[in-house]
Amino acid sequence: MSIFIDNSTTVLVQGITGRDGSFHAKQMLEYGTKVVAGVTPGKGGQKFEGKVPIFDTVTEAVRETGANTSVIYVPPMFAADAIMEAADAAVRLIVAITEGVPVLDMTKVYPFVKEHGARLIGPNCPGLITPGTSKVGIIPGRICTPGNVGVVSRSGTLTYEVVYQLTRAGLGQSTCVGIGGDPINGTNFIDCLAAFENDSETNVVAMMGEIGGTDEQEAARFIKEKMSKPVVGFIAGQTAPPGRRMGHAGAIISGSAGTAAEKIAAFQQAGIGVAKRPKDFVDLVRARLA
Amino acid sequence: MNIHEYQAKDILRNVGVPIPPGRVARTPDEAAAIAREFGGTVVVKAQVHAGGRGKAGGVKLAKSPEDAKTIASKILGMQIKGLTVHEVLVTPAADIASEAYVGIIVDRAARKPVFMVSPAGGIDIEEVAASTPEKILKLAVDTRYGLLPFQATQLGFFLYDDVKKVRAASKIMQQLYGAFMQTGCSLAEINPLVTTPNGDIVALDAKMVVDDNELERHPDIEALRDPTGEAPSEVQARDANLTFIKLDGNVGCCVNGAGLAMATMDLVKYYGGEPANFLDIGGSSNPEKVVSALRIITSDPNVKVILFNIFGGITRTDDVANGIVMATKQNPLKVPIVIRLTGTNEEIAVKILTENGFSAMTDMDEAVQRAVQLTKGGRAA
Repeated sequence: MSIFIDNSTTVLVQGITGRDGSFHAKQMLEYGTKVVAGVTPGKGGQKFEGKVPIFDTVTEAVRETGANTSVIYVPPMFAADAIMEAADAAVRLIVAITEGVPVLDMTKVYPFVKEHGARLIGPNCPGLITPGTSKVGIIPGRICTPGNVGVVSRSGTLTYEVVYQLTRAGLGQSTCVGIGGDPINGTNFIDCLAAFENDSETNVVAMMGEIGGTDEQEAARFIKEKMSKPVVGFIAGQTAPPGRRMGHAGAIISGSAGTAAEKIAAFQQAGIGVAKRPKDFVDLVRARLA
Repeated sequence: MNIHEYQAKDILRNVGVPIPPGRVARTPDEAAAIAREFGGTVVVKAQVHAGGRGKAGGVKLAKSPEDAKTIASKILGMQIKGLTVHEVLVTPAADIASEAYVGIIVDRAARKPVFMVSPAGGIDIEEVAASTPEKILKLAVDTRYGLLPFQATQLGFFLYDDVKKVRAASKIMQQLYGAFMQTGCSLAEINPLVTTPNGDIVALDAKMVVDDNELERHPDIEALRDPTGEAPSEVQARDANLTFIKLDGNVGCCVNGAGLAMATMDLVKYYGGEPANFLDIGGSSNPEKVVSALRIITSDPNVKVILFNIFGGITRTDDVANGIVMATKQNPLKVPIVIRLTGTNEEIAVKILTENGFSAMTDMDEAVQRAVQLTKGGRAA
């Protein structure tokens, strides 16, 4: 098992003929992901790499190929519409890689996707990978190896760094999920932690958070109350200057300034192993697997 | 992106929010002329992207045009939180009977814009939240439906008892919400919203922060950007499509990805050093971006060593290597450089660097330790 994606995952790529979309569609095919369709309005009827059929609309692509997952590489101003198009076409899992989606667009997308019963990961995320089985997004396949560590993170390259160090130390991963760094995203830490808790192949979870917001504090509470599996955490941004990322009014609403110190304290209170450096994940995870 | 008070007021005035007239002066003489035109007492207000302008002495009453000139000459050129004041807003002084606070912010937990209103306006809303939270009403808006009339009425009744005032305030709530959505804001604030002795409601100060991701849709808002309101290096970085924040240390950092960039800064600190900046070269790399990044980092005289930390995913490490070689040929480095790169096209990158006399490391911790050592007088390997 794994979370969110496995060998039944069939993927359609929205924006398959674009620069990023075509590059990563190829990488996914090479990794063994079942890429069954592409969507680019106006290019319906063509084939990608001579084998993947391209459609004008997501509805058509789903009807013809039965794709259950979509990965989105369209430009930021069109991303909200692309996500809602996928949800409307009954795609079950939608992974939005696009960076720079306006946050007010997401205030409409989020309830729309929920009401359609789909799961959205991202936007502004690297996607996810179940090593050796399927990858949806842009996480480099060769830094991963199958195993029992679940990885969830708000960042892209920091995730690669940690996964790479785990792999080098012989600690394989069940699934790695990048949930994205935007203020409003479709899937949060708790969603992933709950899925890892229920996944028979995950024995320990490595979690990378960042300054800003209160997601990590809420995740810490969830871990303490609901999880039996051990979790190791890291917070990036301990040296970031305050006030550069969020206005004070935001802090009033959430009742928190979202500092690294606050988040680390929440981790410690919840009994989560705290990695001071990315490197520390290796020893902390290994100790919890033993 | 922050816009100035007078710019926010222009936007709100255009959607119908009652706001007293005002004009911007760049010299004391201009301020005097505007004061003469309005007649009576005016307020001279520093236009700068910083809170606490009043406390810093950037907002003053002037009883005459001469007075306005003297005051403007003091405020223009003044430093408020490190930013120089280049413009003042001159506006007629209003008689105030009561002051309220009205704000909208995108709340990440609610995943919606949330109104915050308080009858205790004029002062710091954070103080109100801390000492008398019951004086703040929060109301989330579903952007698919917009601010519904009954919600606007609820907000109005929280501020006033008199139904005439409630109606006027509800209308302002709708107008503020409209401007917030149209402009693509992450924050919009009227503080204070005042009642005058004859019962009118007017907005005396306004603040808007626009979501950077919306600017592509709003070239008219982008045109309002004041480059003097930011550090020159940050303006330069934005023009080169880099995210850069200047800090006070001496290890110049160049990293791909925000999370890894923050983790790299943290690691510099962990090993006893101080980062000079946050710099994210972003996802898709090209050598030109690296050239710009190096130019920005080396223009900071505090920088004693440059640290590259690149984990190639979308970013090709050979692009980064080529950028380093190009940049240092144009402008030979005066400080040592430590390069860590791994990932996409690593072998090609290492070859390019070695052929040009650089060495590359693959371990993040070793690279950071080396960089910190070099700031303390250690020798380059």
